[in-house]
Amino acid sequence: MTPPSVAKTPKLYLDGAFSRSESGRVYEVAGMINVPRASRKDLRDAVAAARRAQPAWGARTAYNRGQVLYRIAEMMETGRGQFASPLGGGRAAARQLDRCLDSLVFFAGAADKLVQLGGSVNSVAGPYFNFTVPEPIGVVALVAPQKPALLPLVTGLAAAVCSGNALVAVVSEIDPLPGLLLGESLQNGDLPPGVAALLSGFRSELLPWVGSHRDVDLVDACGCTSDEWTELARAAADSVKRVLPPTPRSSPLTPELALRCMELKTVWHPVGV
Amino acid sequence: MATSQTAALPWSSIDPVSSIDAVGVEARARLLAGRSVKRSAKLQALDLAIRCIDLTTLEGSDTFGRVAVLCAKALHPTPGGLESPSVAAVCVYSAQAERASELLRGTSVKVAAVATGFPSGQVSPEIKVAEATEVSRFADEIDMVVDRGAFLAGRYRQMQEEIAAVKQAIGPRHLKVILETGELGGMDQVRHASWLAMEAGADFIKTSTGKIQPAATIPVAVVMLEAIRDFAWATGRLVGFKPAGGIRTSKQAIAYLVAVSEILGGEWLTPERFRLGASSLLNDILMQIQRERSGGYQSPDDFTEA
Repeated sequence: MTPPSVAKTPKLYLDGAFSRSESGRVYEVAGMINVPRASRKDLRDAVAAARRAQPAWGARTAYNRGQVLYRIAEMMETGRGQFASPLGGGRAAARQLDRCLDSLVFFAGAADKLVQLGGSVNSVAGPYFNFTVPEPIGVVALVAPQKPALLPLVTGLAAAVCSGNALVAVVSEIDPLPGLLLGESLQNGDLPPGVAALLSGFRSELLPWVGSHRDVDLVDACGCTSDEWTELARAAADSVKRVLPPTPRSSPLTPELALRCMELKTVWHPVGV
Repeated sequence: MATSQTAALPWSSIDPVSSIDAVGVEARARLLAGRSVKRSAKLQALDLAIRCIDLTTLEGSDTFGRVAVLCAKALHPTPGGLESPSVAAVCVYSAQAERASELLRGTSVKVAAVATGFPSGQVSPEIKVAEATEVSRFADEIDMVVDRGAFLAGRYRQMQEEIAAVKQAIGPRHLKVILETGELGGMDQVRHASWLAMEAGADFIKTSTGKIQPAATIPVAVVMLEAIRDFAWATGRLVGFKPAGGIRTSKQAIAYLVAVSEILGGEWLTPERFRLGASSLLNDILMQIQRERSGGYQSPDDFTEA
């Protein structure tokens, strides 16, 4: 008897579960049918789930968040096989995966060092102990580039969530499968439900809603064209949210990538009273 | 269905305690809840929903300050923001009713107070009447709980006598009778209890206290609304309906409006005959309205707490 061939239907990763778009719509990309075409309501649900999940995630110790990121790297390592073919196979695919793992491990290690790196004790002319600490900004939306499909997404995700943010990512429109597969590593890596969402669909449809959503605190437009970025920034102006610019393809890993997804809090504490 | 038509209807065939087809009710509820209400119709529905809200705080930790915040929110749901009607009433514990009535004197917002040993109803009939009498000095509306123990034990007359006694004690004020459907054990009992409460003089029948799960659900609402409809046919008296407990989203609120409209008709779509007992619902409605007007999704941070 020949074993049955079981084809995998790509799914969104939303609130810790793998689902089709609430709209029921799909689209087709090179050689792959039934890619979910997320609607603005999927985006809304993802942001709502992120908002619910963020406080508990942010309240975990930085050390624990680092451990979760490291475990996601372990899960991606275990699942190398399934990423290979969607990433185009061969040495290029292996190299991209290596660099994804490198990103995850880097931010796993950075998680419990961000406060030291981004914080400071400030000298002030008065009887105050004055210090600044970075805190997670809240809900981050990320627009991943069309190519490469995985590395910038993983880097952006790790940079955002390592400090305690929750993330809603729009994965590559033309090459969505690697981004959607990442959901399985996130779930197996015990990232709490809602902390990260992965949506595939038409950018032209989703981006205006990302920009104008008042409950999104920051947009990482790393994968946007400059026109898309301008549009996002314009839509985001009303709610004064931060919009990070498109990044060059081979930017180095630095803690700055995590720190720019954080908000600085300065405390003035009276001395000698 | 106007009162004048009542005589023409074959109401004698209505069985006040007929048994309910629970599966059919569930199916009907799904249809009603799945109705799509969009754009201008949605805005209208949400505006009506706000005007029908009994903004509620029923916590052991309630303070005068908390009640003051609630009253302010009830009067001006969006200070400095979009225009919004006031809600129908605030619903508080009897100890907070005086304070609320002082804050809301001369406004359109009414004061509703829960009474008669809320939420269990397990106090003696004398105490129930005394509490209702006391609280009716300040409140415009009384939300009383029925003695579910008496109902379940089959002491229907006792249950009705208590309702009638409270109704007499509060005079012209509106009496909402809370059935606590989650404790009644089934749809047949929901219909029976609804009927008994209406016969005994309830101006409104209300699903739940909010302290017991399940609280308000659409299937239960369907059964109670059908009882109200049949009671109106049988007697000509139009009794109001108040779902309460667990109603948090605009979608749920619209589902109740659809159910009331479909089963009872437009005459009930007014704060005089329909109320939504809720607390967090109001901000969700305001967010939906603002989303519809501004075109972007909203943040709860932009709305005041209730």
